[in-house]
Amino acid sequence: MQTDYRNREKRRRAAWIAFLILPPLAIMLTFVVWPLLSALSAAFYRWDGMAQGDFIGLKNFADVLFGEHFAALTWRAFRHNLFVFFALFVVQNSVGFLLAWFIYREPFGFRFHRIAIFMPVILSTVLVGFLWKLFLDPNFGLVNQLLDMAGLGGLRQPWLGQETTALPALVLANAWHWIGFPALVYLAGMQRIPREILEAAKLDGCTGWQILTRVVWPLVTPSTTITLTLLFIGAFNWFELPYIMAGLDGSPYGSTDVLGLYFYRTAFGNQTAGIQDFGHGNALAVLMFLFIAVFATIITQYLRRREVAL
Amino acid sequence: MFRAASNDPLFPRSSAGSLIAAAFLIGNSVLMLYPIVIMVFSAFKTTPEIFDAPFAVPDFAYVENFKRIWGETSLPSYFVNSVVITGTSILLTLLFGTMGAYALARYSFPGNSAIFMFFLAGLMLPLKLAVIPLFLQMRDFGLLDTRLGLILIYTAMGLPSTIFIMTGFLRTLPVELEEAARIDGASEPRIMLSIMLPLSVPPMVIAAIQNAVPTWNDFFFPLVFIQTDARKTLPQGLSVFMGEYTTDWGMLFAGLTIAALPLTIVYILMSRQFIRGMTAGAVK
Repeated sequence: MQTDYRNREKRRRAAWIAFLILPPLAIMLTFVVWPLLSALSAAFYRWDGMAQGDFIGLKNFADVLFGEHFAALTWRAFRHNLFVFFALFVVQNSVGFLLAWFIYREPFGFRFHRIAIFMPVILSTVLVGFLWKLFLDPNFGLVNQLLDMAGLGGLRQPWLGQETTALPALVLANAWHWIGFPALVYLAGMQRIPREILEAAKLDGCTGWQILTRVVWPLVTPSTTITLTLLFIGAFNWFELPYIMAGLDGSPYGSTDVLGLYFYRTAFGNQTAGIQDFGHGNALAVLMFLFIAVFATIITQYLRRREVAL
Repeated sequence: MFRAASNDPLFPRSSAGSLIAAAFLIGNSVLMLYPIVIMVFSAFKTTPEIFDAPFAVPDFAYVENFKRIWGETSLPSYFVNSVVITGTSILLTLLFGTMGAYALARYSFPGNSAIFMFFLAGLMLPLKLAVIPLFLQMRDFGLLDTRLGLILIYTAMGLPSTIFIMTGFLRTLPVELEEAARIDGASEPRIMLSIMLPLSVPPMVIAAIQNAVPTWNDFFFPLVFIQTDARKTLPQGLSVFMGEYTTDWGMLFAGLTIAALPLTIVYILMSRQFIRGMTAGAVK
């Protein structure tokens, strides 16, 4: 009797736990895991538009990496992504770190600045892209007009219209959009540093700059792990902002073409030639995925080891 | 993450360093806010006015741009679609996320930590790269070009972070609460609904914000999955709208202003929760 009751209770509890955990698990498996695994397997097949053909092994991968029509575009896009990652590291994460330090020092008005710096983060990329596209307009844009007003009319540029400035302009627009994120993650990291450490450094005669570079910077490595990993994933996934500001072909002359655009174009075609190429598209997606996963893991592991225990 | 402010002896406000910091922050805030201010100002101007006096403050009496958007364009219906899609997917994410997190946080069962790690891994996966199979799957389910398709994708995308945040919180609730109720004869669902969940509202708000912002702003999945104009979301519709009014800058800025309005107002009212929500996960 007693064991019967216990078994029933046990089964009841197991059913209750299953009721709680199975729905979210099923949603994840259906809409995240299964598509990711299918992308992997689909890359090994020939595709005729949206119809799956024969198994062709690594041919799609070989095509996009070394094939005649693909390789030049693939590697150019990859170089652009690398540039974007390093440029964003400087103007978004490093400047964000500096701004975090300024807020941490709590000068006059720091609460307002903390809200202001995060304001663009909540705007959509589409909105930010259009806003800056209008501001960067060669004739009527705010940026060129400001240069005129400052007596720097000689610096007027068709920012998005020439190869040398288009990608840097996109990087700056992205930094404007996102800089609040690393800044506030760094700020939170700084606020976890025990005050005594900073006070001791100050008593030992360190200047503010020395405290920042020799004490604070090494101690906020946990924040760096997060911001750098997310920046890496973001930079190699970059799609919306260049799509909105420079178009699907990475104009002008492919100078803003990044892997995200190239992948989308390959998979779904562009406006002029709507040819779907799911085989090569999936091969690109898998390569991007592996690259991001492997390097994000390496970055995380490397920085984790450098994290100083407080 | 928000510490009570004081005039800090470590970095006195009158020191040179603090003055430099203040100057940099003022410059930065101008850079962050001025473009948004210009956007709103320009929405109340005619296109020639924008070109002639881009920096002038308008008198806000000219609302023709907004009237035309309301009467002539599909922007209002994009707006409604965004509200419906974001709202429903947040509710579903919270429902399923809380269920999963509750099981993971309050019960030990075989596979518990493996399932938790599985959800955790989901935080890092860029689902964008699985868009081709997702497209085929949506086609097979008959969910292409439907709002439900987007809702399901956003729900799935929101689950890992929701489970991460909710599990972290639910684990901190004391076992004694549960045990007392159990001794009183409360059933497991009753304990969850009447005792644990009322305490869990703050992390739910954090999780809701963390998913609402990227869902409301998402452009990629509507771009791929939605074709019918009447089902487009605000960011996607905005790009159509921008294409139609390329030379009418007054309309363009008014459209951008309308799109930015809802989250901006809520952000100004609840900036603390927003910042916490968006950086949760990155900040323990």
